[in-house]
Amino acid sequence: MSKQLDKTERSGTSVPPSRRRFLKESAGVAGGAGLLALGVGMYAKQASALPATAIRPPGALPEAEFLAACVRCGLCVRDCPYNTLKLAELGDSVATGTPYFEARKIPCEMCEDIPCVVACPTGALDRALTDIEQSRMGLAVLIDQENCLNFLGLRCDVCYRVCPVIDKAITLERMHNPRSDRHAMLLPTVHSEHCTGCGKCEQACVLPGESAIKVLPIKLAQGSKAEHYLRGWEEKEAAGQSLIGDQIELPVRGLEDKAYGDTRVRPGEAPSRVPDYVPAAPGGLDSGWKP
Amino acid sequence: MSAPTTPAINGGKPERKVPPTSVRGAAMRGVVARPGQEAVEVKGWLRAHKWLLLRRASQLGVLALFLVGPWLGWWIVKGNLSSSLTLGVLPLTDPFLIAQQFAAGQWPYREALLGGGIVLAFYVLLGGRLFCSWVCPVNLVTDAAAWLRRRLGLKGGKAPAANTRYWMLGFVLVIAVATGSLAWEWVNPVSMFHRGLIFGFGLAWGIVGGIFFYDLLIAPRGWCGHLCPQGAFYALLGRASVLKVSADKRSACNDCMDCFAVCPEPQVIRPALKSVGQDHPLILDADCTTCGRCVDVCGKDVFRITTRFNRSES
Repeated sequence: MSKQLDKTERSGTSVPPSRRRFLKESAGVAGGAGLLALGVGMYAKQASALPATAIRPPGALPEAEFLAACVRCGLCVRDCPYNTLKLAELGDSVATGTPYFEARKIPCEMCEDIPCVVACPTGALDRALTDIEQSRMGLAVLIDQENCLNFLGLRCDVCYRVCPVIDKAITLERMHNPRSDRHAMLLPTVHSEHCTGCGKCEQACVLPGESAIKVLPIKLAQGSKAEHYLRGWEEKEAAGQSLIGDQIELPVRGLEDKAYGDTRVRPGEAPSRVPDYVPAAPGGLDSGWKP
Repeated sequence: MSAPTTPAINGGKPERKVPPTSVRGAAMRGVVARPGQEAVEVKGWLRAHKWLLLRRASQLGVLALFLVGPWLGWWIVKGNLSSSLTLGVLPLTDPFLIAQQFAAGQWPYREALLGGGIVLAFYVLLGGRLFCSWVCPVNLVTDAAAWLRRRLGLKGGKAPAANTRYWMLGFVLVIAVATGSLAWEWVNPVSMFHRGLIFGFGLAWGIVGGIFFYDLLIAPRGWCGHLCPQGAFYALLGRASVLKVSADKRSACNDCMDCFAVCPEPQVIRPALKSVGQDHPLILDADCTTCGRCVDVCGKDVFRITTRFNRSES
């Protein structure tokens, strides 16, 4: 009896300190682990901002979902026949272990069977993508109009020629060259409706270092559509007629025998006096020029 | 049996001679211990390193299967330990990653689920932490650190509580939920080391080196034995697995302490070897990695690898 009492007494005094120790230890451990987890979480959040020149493989889910789905196994890298894809290493500014490519180095060759998408076991690359021309890895932007040779009036056209969706994703738009005033400029123009973001244009750009045309994430490359703004010409086409009735075309005095917009000057038609307009220094687009 | 020069160590039981190179013997003489030396003398070097050699063969063999592809163009296995495809047919995926994906709110394709199921079944049946000691490449690093620590006779250090890893596992899943991404995979040294060996390292050497020096200088067996949430995950998987170490000849134990010195999870030995809280000689603690090093270093052949159904004692 007295022994039992002794026992309960002893346990009565010995349990609280051990419980206290347990609470103290787990609180310390939980605090430490929580701090570490917070650090990891913050690092993950920060590093999830993909740099503009890193392009995900075709069919990649939107970045946030992609980072939840990709297990960083590299099977897409292995099945890429052109060694385009690579896994980010620690220290690259792309999430460690995730696949990406840099268009200026090796662009996507747009394989018809899209082996990288087929290889992905987790769905980070969405198998709903079966037609490579529907992929939207990014959007090409002719970002440097000061150094683009076509904008300087030359006929480089290389980005246009190499485009796998030529004449749809990139077209050459003919413009008057205000610098020489007698030549055309054929300006490479990207159309987001067709551009897959493969990056062949960026890789092929003949400029020695950085390219004048670059594939950027769509979010960076494109503004959001102004939904409240109705485009009259689209509404007209959809309705089959103008919504506000036919417009009266007023004649332009003094130019009656010329087509609309034709500003060419025939011999003998020289303006009576020299215009006080002096062209700006040549080079690039002349801001003084009006069509 | 008893030598008059060795002090009595186990009370009323007959005294046993403690080998001079063992942990206990060396401590008595004040020198650096060479655990396993007695086993080498008794059993021969090969038998005293049997499980260690098999384990290294397994670890390096798995690594070689992944490396002959990129190095020699023999594509037996593509991918890495996170997810792989063997011979173009067999998908294998790390269930730890699938658990994180679920936490992040992502439902993977059938291949990943099937591969994850195969791996899960293997470790649930055979032994969860077999992954740690027989497959995981980080084990090579932490074993090297532990070996160097023993050889240099480094004592002390501050290791966090052994259950920290379960907290870590919880937090790994919590940050996956909170960030909606596989946040742990940004820094996970286990997948990072294996991926680095196959796809290129970048700065990942820093993390691997960090673990080595952490284990060597700060916390003995700190990473694998206290912190790694992936090991904790596999330990949970293996709670009812079949392969277990048994101290079935524990009556022959001479208290040399060598098994405790080499064991990556020394707390698991005592219940089985010294009948603390259990009668049978099986090491049932899920933290045991079934590495078999205790089998190797025991000069008295106390341990063997058997199944959880074999509770016999000899």
